[in-house]
Amino acid sequence: MSSNKKYWKSVEELNENSSIVETLKHKEFVSEIPTDEFLGNKSALEGSSTTRRDFLKYVGFSTAAASLAACEGPVIKSIPYVVQPESIIPGVANYYATTIADGFDFASVLVKTREGRPIKIENNDMVSSGANARVHASVLGLYDSLRVKGPMKDGKRISWSTFDAETNQKLTDLKVAGKEIVLLTQTFASPSTAKLIASFKEKYGNVRHVIYDAISESAALDAYQAKYGERALANYDFSKAATIVSVGADFLGDWQGGGFDSGYAQGRIPKNGKMSRHIQIEANMSLSGANADKRIPATPSQQKKALAKLYSYITGQGVSAELPAQLDEAVQKAASELKKAGSNGVLVTGLNDVNAQAIALEINAALGSKAFDPKTPITTRQGNDKAVAALVSDMKAGKVGAIIMFGVNPLYTLPNASDFAEGLKNSSLELSIAFSMKEDETSSAVQYIAATPHYLESWGDVELKKGHFALTQPTIRPLFDTRQFQDALLKWTGNGDNTYHDFIKETWNASVLGGSSFNQALHDGVFKAGGLSVASLLGEEMSSTNAESTENASENVSATSVSVGSAARALASTSSEGLELTLYSKVGMGDGQQANNPWLQEFPDPITRVSWDNYLTVSKADAEKLGIKNWHVADGGLNSSIVELTINGVKETLPVIIQPGQAVGSIGLSFGYGRKKGLKEEMQTGKSGYKFYKDFNATQTGAALKVVSGEHEFACVQLHNTLMGRGDIIRETTLEIFNTKDRSYWNAVPMVSLNHIETPVTSPDVDLWDEFDRSIGHHFNLSIDLNACTGCGACVIACHSENNVPVVGKEEVRRSRDMHWLRIDRYYSSEDTFEQDNEKKDNFSGLFGDNGSLGGFNEMESAAMDNPQVAFQPVMCQHCNHAPCETVCPVAATSHGRQGQNHMAYNRCVGTRYCANNCPYKVRRFNWFLYNKNDEFDYFMNDDLGRMVLNPDVVVRSRGVMEKCSMCIQKTQKTILDAKRDGREIKDGEFQTACSAACGSGAMVFGDINDKESKVAKLKEDNRMYHLLESVGTKPNVQYHVKVRNTTEA
Amino acid sequence: MQQVILRKLTSTVVRLGFIILLTFSTSLKAQEGDPAKGKSLFNANCAACHKLDGPMTGPALRNIEQRLADEQGLDRAWITNWIHNSSAVIKSGDAYANKIFKENNNSIMTPFPTLTDQDIADILAYTAEPPPAPPTPDGPTEGGSTSGEDATSNKLILGALALLFGLLAAALILVRRTLKRFADAKGLVVPEEEKGISVWRAFVQNQFLVLVSVIILLLASAYFVYGYLMQVGVDQGYEPVQPIHYSHRIHAGDNGIDCKYCHSSARVSKHSGIPSLNVCMNCHKSISEVAPETLAEGKDYGVDYNAEIQKLYTAVGWNPAEQKYSGDVQPVKWIRVHNLPDFAYFNHSQHVSVGGIECQTCHGPVEEMEIMYQFSPLTMGWCINCHRETNVKVEDNEYYTKIHEQLSKKYGVDKLTVAQMGGLECGKCHY
Repeated sequence: MSSNKKYWKSVEELNENSSIVETLKHKEFVSEIPTDEFLGNKSALEGSSTTRRDFLKYVGFSTAAASLAACEGPVIKSIPYVVQPESIIPGVANYYATTIADGFDFASVLVKTREGRPIKIENNDMVSSGANARVHASVLGLYDSLRVKGPMKDGKRISWSTFDAETNQKLTDLKVAGKEIVLLTQTFASPSTAKLIASFKEKYGNVRHVIYDAISESAALDAYQAKYGERALANYDFSKAATIVSVGADFLGDWQGGGFDSGYAQGRIPKNGKMSRHIQIEANMSLSGANADKRIPATPSQQKKALAKLYSYITGQGVSAELPAQLDEAVQKAASELKKAGSNGVLVTGLNDVNAQAIALEINAALGSKAFDPKTPITTRQGNDKAVAALVSDMKAGKVGAIIMFGVNPLYTLPNASDFAEGLKNSSLELSIAFSMKEDETSSAVQYIAATPHYLESWGDVELKKGHFALTQPTIRPLFDTRQFQDALLKWTGNGDNTYHDFIKETWNASVLGGSSFNQALHDGVFKAGGLSVASLLGEEMSSTNAESTENASENVSATSVSVGSAARALASTSSEGLELTLYSKVGMGDGQQANNPWLQEFPDPITRVSWDNYLTVSKADAEKLGIKNWHVADGGLNSSIVELTINGVKETLPVIIQPGQAVGSIGLSFGYGRKKGLKEEMQTGKSGYKFYKDFNATQTGAALKVVSGEHEFACVQLHNTLMGRGDIIRETTLEIFNTKDRSYWNAVPMVSLNHIETPVTSPDVDLWDEFDRSIGHHFNLSIDLNACTGCGACVIACHSENNVPVVGKEEVRRSRDMHWLRIDRYYSSEDTFEQDNEKKDNFSGLFGDNGSLGGFNEMESAAMDNPQVAFQPVMCQHCNHAPCETVCPVAATSHGRQGQNHMAYNRCVGTRYCANNCPYKVRRFNWFLYNKNDEFDYFMNDDLGRMVLNPDVVVRSRGVMEKCSMCIQKTQKTILDAKRDGREIKDGEFQTACSAACGSGAMVFGDINDKESKVAKLKEDNRMYHLLESVGTKPNVQYHVKVRNTTEA
Repeated sequence: MQQVILRKLTSTVVRLGFIILLTFSTSLKAQEGDPAKGKSLFNANCAACHKLDGPMTGPALRNIEQRLADEQGLDRAWITNWIHNSSAVIKSGDAYANKIFKENNNSIMTPFPTLTDQDIADILAYTAEPPPAPPTPDGPTEGGSTSGEDATSNKLILGALALLFGLLAAALILVRRTLKRFADAKGLVVPEEEKGISVWRAFVQNQFLVLVSVIILLLASAYFVYGYLMQVGVDQGYEPVQPIHYSHRIHAGDNGIDCKYCHSSARVSKHSGIPSLNVCMNCHKSISEVAPETLAEGKDYGVDYNAEIQKLYTAVGWNPAEQKYSGDVQPVKWIRVHNLPDFAYFNHSQHVSVGGIECQTCHGPVEEMEIMYQFSPLTMGWCINCHRETNVKVEDNEYYTKIHEQLSKKYGVDKLTVAQMGGLECGKCHY
């Protein structure tokens, strides 16, 4: 029986005149198959004499030849040392303590070397704070194939002797002519360099030393100097603070050099019913804001007023400022909390405004804050905006005879880079030298590039904080024909026979060590001086540069004579127009020095989860007003409209992310992107934020946005997901409930029904699998405390470098093919809090209606745009004891070890990807392509230099196999072997994974739970412990600890 | 065989030399020395820095007394003083003493005050012996000819047999032809046999047989294909020609040097390590030539050991004549014999230090190998098999105390195999 029923496959077919249907009738796909890539060259194809038959013959022959050749093993050569250094045993890693001091990141670290190659950066236990993601990634910079390989003149290689002869001659000529020589450098904070520069000044007379920080902290320095007489930054120990109020300071990010997260995290773990309370007033959604207990969105101008108000509420000195009522109330509450906390409170601000900084210092002084430590101010930022501005105008005016630059890239980082370029071209400038590792924007515009070594090839010393010294030592012989800036200074001052190493040793023995052993200090990497007199070395240099700059600067520094009351009034009377822009530095890219580092490019921003890009962040209200859109396309990628940002006539077209929590009326843009020179093409991502960094002020007003045509494709590893009220993923509670209610209330074990009786999912009765006895030997567990985790991402990079994780590039990340073994998920709440989300979900009844789940879930999909709560959750392979992946592998390539690890035998894997599909945590990563030695993926694994960073103990995976977190089995195995060889038991703390070792905040703890005394075994019994998606019954070996928020308003 | 003969030959030569020498020396010297005693004293005290022929740290000592007497007019007393305390002699301003001190890079000779006059006489007697005669060149050729004879006799026998078969075949053909001629002559007609179905056709028609033989054929070819495929990548017996002919037989076998003297990192590292050249020079600084017997042995392998030592000197930049390093080095590019694929993690120290496994267990009789070859298949089956059979060495190792106690209770055994300890888990070797 025939029927006239017509079946349709898509709604489109019902439309009679649809062109798509018409096309599909004739073709299988609507769009053209992209055959152009290989058939593009028509004429060459037609002209070719190879017929199809010949082609098949060649293919057949080459396949046969290749398979025959494959049967013959290659001849592998082994070349031993001629004279083996005593300290090197092939196959055994050596560790050296050293210090990174690149002008933006200052940190004491341990460097792991294998066979003489530095392969990983690790935290130095001698210092309390952990290294950040950029520092962990810095080892890859050593093996950057685009490094300058020797000194250059006008783009051509020269020898150092030529360089010496020519520069010496010119410097002497300039000295005779009495022309000014300018040293434009990064912040060194180095006692020995300060001494060297002083002797350089002595020799050449008319020398000006200008210190330039790309991202300026000048205002904070000025304010501190005005109050405490030292040009340094206030040091805070947040572990001592019970109430933290931050006005626009992203102190978990790069505020004042960063490194505050360890102390902060200590106070965040509830102990004896207490934890710190953190209130954040900010415009952009920052890491600190995401971690705050209470976040108050406010535009920069509102922040200034809020700060003035806070000051008046706390000190009682009336300053009137107009704020929206809601904000005013919040500020008032914050002030009363701060006042109540007294000496346990602390206030910090990130506003680059002398008045604001002065007031923050004043408030802390008024509170008598214990967290503020005036004895050890931070010395790692010394830049002076005014001096830099004066230099640029002097250069333009032709007053400068020579400029020698180190560690700076002004043509990229200066907002008025064109003025600087003009100055460089000025004919009165007779000598321009850039000490640089790259042919970057600046060094390619000067006469001489003096190739400098990477910090892992250099000597150096740093005074990180007053009285806290650190040493930099080389961990490898210089790879190229390079010379340190300090060695050059020694040469120019006529001490060429002396090496910088000798000079440091001399300086330290004379004025730092006070009789302690230099070798011990070198071994430790850090040295804490007893007396205060030692700091004078650096102090002199600092104050002298400052004095000069004040002389040179046309204006006097207002901070030196600032009165607090007038400062507050100045703040209160801040006016604003248009949108207000806040420039910030990303956790991954920082100031942009390491833009050619593929690890950092692929590192997803903790908040937006976007990699390989920067963008303008806009609030939803503003976006709707201006018609800005974000939308998802079919392959899961995120697209956005493109806008043109105009501030004071400076224009730039930028992609946009609509950022939940962005203060209405404010926009955000990051530094560090948009570099073009000295980078591989793939790394030339984003747009520069420095363009808008007028007067070195990170907050700019009067911004105008205009949507322009086109759309931008982002590579996002996570979309703007909410938790949808699924408390099983991130469990949260408030301090009040945590203190007063039973565990079963806020951290209940999920129940399942067995014979209509509610049974806990952990019970063996409801388990599909048989339980194995895991009480013998080691049983590894990783514990992650969601309270201590700030989402900084150091673990992501540490994992990258430990486990030879490939970089896949923007296109592949956009296709969700990123390879990170460890990701840090970020969730927004769709109501104001996650708590309300859960309530809303629980109250759904029926499908439709006001409380219907259909509409309700739809609503919950989008994050609360005004001010959502944010939660971070590091997720790696959970190493389930009852792993769903293991049961579906057809070739048993993934199996379980007795020690709790879920093993992955790459060589056994055939790439069915069943395991990835069956994994409830989505932590398995598939090698869609060959990522090493493949020109299509031209990152570090594609050149001999970059491959030197690979960890020889971990195999580099090939195409078509699945990979995932191994719980660093190579590290646990090594710890076990070391103990076996020594014939001893293993102590708690010896077992580490790359992520737990990198975690500076103590959020990740790794160890053996069969050792009942171990930290991780105790954490397992903690009330806050739960497992991710416990209801699935996978029994993971990764524990999470319930996030507790301190919502108690004092 | 011929080696034994050779050794005997040399020893007779040496003995003859002794006798001749003894007769001469008694007539020449005031105080007699015993060259046999002298040899042992020389080896114990002097050989570290002196050779009889050719320079080392110190000058050559062959006929030193005679030479000093002839060239410098120095007597035994001077020599005794020098040996007892050379620096004193130098300090005394003795012209010749200062001269040789300078010639030998200002290196001070260790004083030997304990050597008695008799000892010195013995040593000098030993140094006065004439150099041993070079090994007779006819030895190896003798051996060669005997083996040659064997081969030729074999060939002869084979040839004779072939000839015999040829003759037989020819005879048969002749007989058949003659018989046929007879038959033709007599007019006999040999009846033609009735032609049945040929064996092949019958075979083809019998489907069962065809089926069975096809199956057998397939199975057999599958067997061989499998066998072929399984040996792909297995390099058992791999014996590459190395840039320097290094004989483990001499070093580990004849000289009994411990494996871990050179491969020291095997104790602490995943790699056994190829010794760096400075390790070779620990001994080869003083051993620039091999003993004549050894040199003769080398001829069997077609190698001149002295030339190989010279290769080492070139690589490390050592000038044996001047006893100096030139600094001009050429690292040796050895060819790696044991190659594990990247995806297999193997740690030597785990097996050598912790497990206490002999190197020979995996590497075979290295002390007998003239050139290193791969003894074991190094396949996963081979690894696993050993892990199943080998007991873990838990004694005196505190690490194992607890786990051994618990596991032996669990499995009800006293000794645990590696497999029971978890040594068969994928992730233990693949990560």
